[in-house]
Amino acid sequence: MATTALSPRAGAYPRSRVYEWLTTTDHKKIGIMYITSAYIFFLIGGLMALAIRTELAAPGTQFLNPDIFNQAFTMHGTTMVFFFVMPMLAGFANYIVPLQIGAADMAFPRINALSFWIIPVSALLLFSSFGLGGAAAGGWTSYTPLSEAKYAGIGQDFWLAGLLLNGVSSILGAINILATIFKLRAPGLTMLRLPIFVWTVLVTSVLLIFAVPVLASGLVMLFIDRNYGGAFFDPAAGGDTVLWQHVFWFFGHPEVYILILPAFGIISEVLPVFSRKPLFGYKAFVLATVSIGVLGFGVWAHHMFTTGAVFLPFFSITTFLISVPTGVKMFNWIATMWRGKLRFTTAMLFAVGFLASFLIGGLDGAFSASTPIDFALQDTYWIVSHLHYVLFGGSAFGIMAATYYWFPKMTGRFLDERLGKVQFVIMFVGAHLTFFPMHLLGISGMPRRIQDYAPNVGWQDLNLLATIGSYLIGFGTLVLLWNMFVALRGPRTAGDDPWDANTLEWATTSPPPSYNFDRLPEIRSERPLFDLKHGGAGHAPALPSGEGSQR
Amino acid sequence: MTATTDVLPTDHPVELAHGHGDGGINTALLGMLLFIASEIMFFAGLFAAYFSVRAKYGSHWPALPEGVEFAINPLVIIATLILVSSSGVIQWGLWRIRKGDRRGLNRAFALTMLMGLTFLAFQATDYVLLADEGISLNGSIFGSLFFTMTGFHGAHVLGGVIGIGIILSRGMTGQFSARNHVAVEAVSAYWHFVDVVWIFLFLTLYILR
Repeated sequence: MATTALSPRAGAYPRSRVYEWLTTTDHKKIGIMYITSAYIFFLIGGLMALAIRTELAAPGTQFLNPDIFNQAFTMHGTTMVFFFVMPMLAGFANYIVPLQIGAADMAFPRINALSFWIIPVSALLLFSSFGLGGAAAGGWTSYTPLSEAKYAGIGQDFWLAGLLLNGVSSILGAINILATIFKLRAPGLTMLRLPIFVWTVLVTSVLLIFAVPVLASGLVMLFIDRNYGGAFFDPAAGGDTVLWQHVFWFFGHPEVYILILPAFGIISEVLPVFSRKPLFGYKAFVLATVSIGVLGFGVWAHHMFTTGAVFLPFFSITTFLISVPTGVKMFNWIATMWRGKLRFTTAMLFAVGFLASFLIGGLDGAFSASTPIDFALQDTYWIVSHLHYVLFGGSAFGIMAATYYWFPKMTGRFLDERLGKVQFVIMFVGAHLTFFPMHLLGISGMPRRIQDYAPNVGWQDLNLLATIGSYLIGFGTLVLLWNMFVALRGPRTAGDDPWDANTLEWATTSPPPSYNFDRLPEIRSERPLFDLKHGGAGHAPALPSGEGSQR
Repeated sequence: MTATTDVLPTDHPVELAHGHGDGGINTALLGMLLFIASEIMFFAGLFAAYFSVRAKYGSHWPALPEGVEFAINPLVIIATLILVSSSGVIQWGLWRIRKGDRRGLNRAFALTMLMGLTFLAFQATDYVLLADEGISLNGSIFGSLFFTMTGFHGAHVLGGVIGIGIILSRGMTGQFSARNHVAVEAVSAYWHFVDVVWIFLFLTLYILR
């Protein structure tokens, strides 16, 4: 029997822990660094959001002048998309995927370290613009001509360079993940036995490889326009302004699935574990994930309905179409919980909160797919509401669920469940208080990205509500940080498999050793650990624990 | 549940580092092919920009300032022939090392490197001549597109030449063999990609204009 013989523990030799972390190629350490830095960017982006909401709490200029306000919402969006959600999900993918597929590490550990270390460097480049003549101020979409040399200062160049570098990190990370999934799966782990989180990360990585380089080409063209007299987006010199929107959204729409698909995966890990049931309709879920990935490349111009430069029926229909696989998933999740043995841990609460919030955001999307409605709501707060429902109610709630679910695996310690539930209630109420009034503001005509509004149009109360809600979210974040701080100082009480879970990451110690596994269980389904504990289908192995089969 | 999980021993060997075994494509080569896929999408973005702008102009293309004409320099045709045939040379080198012929590999890669450098020299000459005619990165949309597309391609040729140089220096110390030459496979795949992009660029910018 050929199991790996373990060499005796290497003797202690003088190397500081700081050096160890700076030079590590261990996917788990890199994953934790990704997650930690993403949380730092969440705080930075969150503070900018609070600044924006503070200014908008009442009409008039109280807190931010228009220039700073424009920089604040531009950098808020850019930070949250490129430096919070993307690195956060990359971090969870980094930590969890090799464990879930029973691998010892990623396929290219050193490239993995490179992908991570590019993130702080690109962030430094991006944020340094605040002190060097002002950050980019044209919105996270940086539409031309607003972002051209005539209207935007040097901050725009830092934005372009920072995102280009960030994109290199994403592409290298995606290549690494794909090679890992394709090549390093444990024996028996066929593609249709992959945990759903791995499937969603796989499709996300394909989207990254095909979408991010297109953004890179756009960034390069804009950079040439701004600095070397190019004519790409300048109609006066023969170029085409709308071209930027095409290039940006050809990336930008797959990007929204890049931001949400791994969160779908997280939810699909959490719901079955805390419902004590397998995921309902595994194959339908995989198929839905793949079709979202494919359709995601055919809907970009629904961001551009009002330009008059796109074929409305086509993009309207494809947008309605893409809501079908997403709807399939909603039913998968609900049917998974149906008559399950539900355990409302914090992770589960965030997963259920995700379902409720994402459903609203998703329905908003189906409304926007209808062109007449979109013409009326384009660039209003309704759109801001929609995108925050899917990104905060969706991605961020998914990230919270992942944090509570995998924290014991990463640290060996539980996050406090009572504090967690307090945090969930504060954040859930805060999120809906912040973003629901924006629907109404949008319908009553309030444009997005404005620093001030008239006192006599009736937007005051709703804006104040949204501001109060945003402070609640901020307070909920403080509760999470306090929870982490306290947990990390406590003893390691979590054990290997604290949630009685299904997948392989729980089949090793918490935290896992650097080589991840001594031995692997036999893999005969997408829930190898469940099979091991409770006896799988067919030839059930005798269990030393004697728990027996429940089903 | 805090008890440590008892993991069953398996009946078949678990190769932790190699996962599913050695079947299928080499991991490093797969990484290179995925990287090439992302590179294709980068150029696809530039090509999409080209055709999207060009569609606006119809027959009034190339859009250039008054009195400026764009014609094929014969140098470019020679450069194209050199680059296309270099793909054959590098492939021949790959076939040689698959049979264990180290000298054949080194010769082929040295020749490919020389051909790549010649292409770059011709391209630089073409740039100078075009600048004399008044076509440059700034001033016209055709110039912006032409120099961005061919310029990024040239940068990729340079990247390929550097890769080939690394293979060559490793090859000259005898690091490759019939069984161990994945870096050779990866670099030649990349070189074929660079070559194919040029074929599309040449057809688009020079022939279909």
